[in-house]
Amino acid sequence: MGNFTVTIRKKARYVDPGLCNACAECAKVCPVVTPDEYQMGLSSRRAIYIPFPQAVPSSYVLDMEHCLGNNPVACGKCAEACEKKAISFDDRDQIVTREVGTVVVAIGAEVYDPTEMDDYGYTRFENVITSMEFERLICAGGPTEGHFVRPSDQRQPKRIGFVQCVGSRNPRMGRPWCSNICCMNTVKDTLLLADHYPDTRSVVFYQDIRAFGKSFEDMFQRSKEAGVRYVRGLPGEIHEDPRTHHLIVTVENTTSGKLERHELDMVVLSVGLQPPADLRKISSLLTLSKTSDGFFMEAHPKLRPVDAPTRGVYFAGMCESPKDIKDSVCQAGAAASRAGALLNAGKVTIEAITSRIDEAACTSCGVCVRVCPFGAIQWTKGTPAVVVEAMCAGCGSCAAQCKPGAITMRHFTDEQIVAQVRATLAQRPEEKVFVFACNWCSYAGADMAGISRMQYPASNRVVRTMCSARVSEEMVLEAFRCGAPVVLVSGCHYADCHYINANRQTVKRVQSMWAKLEKAGVRPERLQLEWISAAEGQKFAKVMRQLDELRRTVTPEEIERSRKAFKPKVRRAAAEAATAAPVPGTAT
Amino acid sequence: MTTESTNGGLRVGVFVCDCGSNIAGVVDCAAVAEYAKTLPDVVCVVRNRYTCAEPGQNEIRQAIRQHHLNRVVVASCTPRQHEPTFRQCVLEAGLNPYLMEMANLREHCSWVHQADRAAATAKAMDLVASAVGKARLLQPQEEMSVQVTRTALVIGGGVTGIEAALELAESGHKVVLVEKQPSIGGIMAQLDKTYPTMDCSI
Repeated sequence: MGNFTVTIRKKARYVDPGLCNACAECAKVCPVVTPDEYQMGLSSRRAIYIPFPQAVPSSYVLDMEHCLGNNPVACGKCAEACEKKAISFDDRDQIVTREVGTVVVAIGAEVYDPTEMDDYGYTRFENVITSMEFERLICAGGPTEGHFVRPSDQRQPKRIGFVQCVGSRNPRMGRPWCSNICCMNTVKDTLLLADHYPDTRSVVFYQDIRAFGKSFEDMFQRSKEAGVRYVRGLPGEIHEDPRTHHLIVTVENTTSGKLERHELDMVVLSVGLQPPADLRKISSLLTLSKTSDGFFMEAHPKLRPVDAPTRGVYFAGMCESPKDIKDSVCQAGAAASRAGALLNAGKVTIEAITSRIDEAACTSCGVCVRVCPFGAIQWTKGTPAVVVEAMCAGCGSCAAQCKPGAITMRHFTDEQIVAQVRATLAQRPEEKVFVFACNWCSYAGADMAGISRMQYPASNRVVRTMCSARVSEEMVLEAFRCGAPVVLVSGCHYADCHYINANRQTVKRVQSMWAKLEKAGVRPERLQLEWISAAEGQKFAKVMRQLDELRRTVTPEEIERSRKAFKPKVRRAAAEAATAAPVPGTAT
Repeated sequence: MTTESTNGGLRVGVFVCDCGSNIAGVVDCAAVAEYAKTLPDVVCVVRNRYTCAEPGQNEIRQAIRQHHLNRVVVASCTPRQHEPTFRQCVLEAGLNPYLMEMANLREHCSWVHQADRAAATAKAMDLVASAVGKARLLQPQEEMSVQVTRTALVIGGGVTGIEAALELAESGHKVVLVEKQPSIGGIMAQLDKTYPTMDCSI
């Protein structure tokens, strides 16, 4: 928070953007031809190329993957042609380090590739294209200079169909979300066609037209007035006439209830958006969370819409959810303003939830150093370990693992948590499922169940820790000693721990406890481990229902056995003495 | 409402929130408040309609002064929403903000057990007992202040990243913009016209 060290790989361009004047002489002599990504592969480029005319930086770049290299026998022609001597085959990736105070994550989304939807024949039929390919075909800067032609015969199509929700709102494919922009993008496309080629006839196959934004409805009406036909119903299949390459679309018009057959020259698949492939990497670097659709989850959906759960990190644009340009720009402004407020403040306070080591009690075993995911504990053999407070994030792994009990996790001390266990299970413990939930995921998942009013049995009792790794063996055993039939330890999903990977300690600890329970003749399944994310209210409710079932199978004899099986540690006596005579708080 | 402290110095105040009908519609808040009075070191129990609203917060501040409370338990909603609110509230009444603990009677209780009033009330009592149990052992804490490096990192050079970077730069901050492609522009640079204004994307 407030201080991030960023390591950036600055990729080799092999062309110095400071020298390159984009004269294009290099590309003229380059013998390598490869599909042009910017033009969606509808035309080609050379191995040395400028991504698009308005590129920033306005410089050529060498695609080393396709380049033949600078061996004079092989090639090296571009370097010879470059008057500015801007090309260097010796260029290498550089690792740059920067210190920053705040991070805006704006990694965008990816466009869905509909190849897997075989029924629509994309890639099998030349004249079935995606909405992204449409953009390049209609654009004056595109491969056809804006002459809209169909790929099979380079002739201008007269009858064009648009299929909506391709890769969106399709739960069967695991893509239940609305991609937000596709309806209006198609409305826009039909207006462009009507404007450029008044003799074309467009037909749009849709399930709902979502024209909810400012002036969107007006555009939709204009499209209908321009003669575009909107047919409610999505085609099941697209066929091609092999002779003419025309496309046959059969669709049930759900408004009229009739089956319609459309012969079209071209079909545009209005493809949806999906979380980018890089999202997982960024997510683990910055300890962020995702919602069930795979996009980033904000700190609060209404009140903190651009804040990440990690303080000092903000989201903007499509990585949070699919959105159009206006919404992206709005969010960019909001994220910049939130980030700016932090930078302007110049200082932040850190919650006083960090661990401290009692020098006198520390046996200098070094276990805490090994379990700290943040490297926040300094220690040399033979001397007591010391916590660097500014580096401690407060997971509490160290305190849970410290055998001599020398570590105090401030605000989540052993004594405080044990006191909660005892108070909770003081009466009729056999009716309760005892739950340890981490603040960031599982406790928030339980909150989500509440916000969504998901009902589950009232037998559970949740105690919050910052991380599941804070839950020590003693805490779990204390719950069993107090008569809990079932204990759950729950945390963030394995690779999504808010404290880098502290929950690996949770797994290790619970596994060793299962062995311990078994040895003591206690059914190991009475201790459960679950990963429940902040978005998984449904999972929380489901787990609570399952654990209530499990609780009902635990007999009074079993409870009695686990009450007596685990003898308290000696040092708990000291803790109890402390509990009996607490120091009253002082006013600030 | 006030009982004498049974312990040397601890004076716990419990504030049970109705949250309108959000909690009180399911949980018997009067019974929970009565139960709270029986818990160790609890010297004052107040029931509020909305504890987070100004009148509710005033009652906390008044009770802290009047009953010399040195621990506060707010039995209302999730600490993930209002912990900062109530920490600030007790601070204003002269108490260290870390001497406040919350019991989550709404998200974890009334909203998820709507059909079982008795069970929800019994659970709410346990949640309050748990919070009081912790509150009795709370210690005042001092927060550490950290300097913020006055540079922003923007990851992604599409229209969103460009806009965020420009805004930050315009307000005088240093910005590092990273983009994995050889040019900034993102998906928007590939579009022709953009709705609803039908102007060019670049």
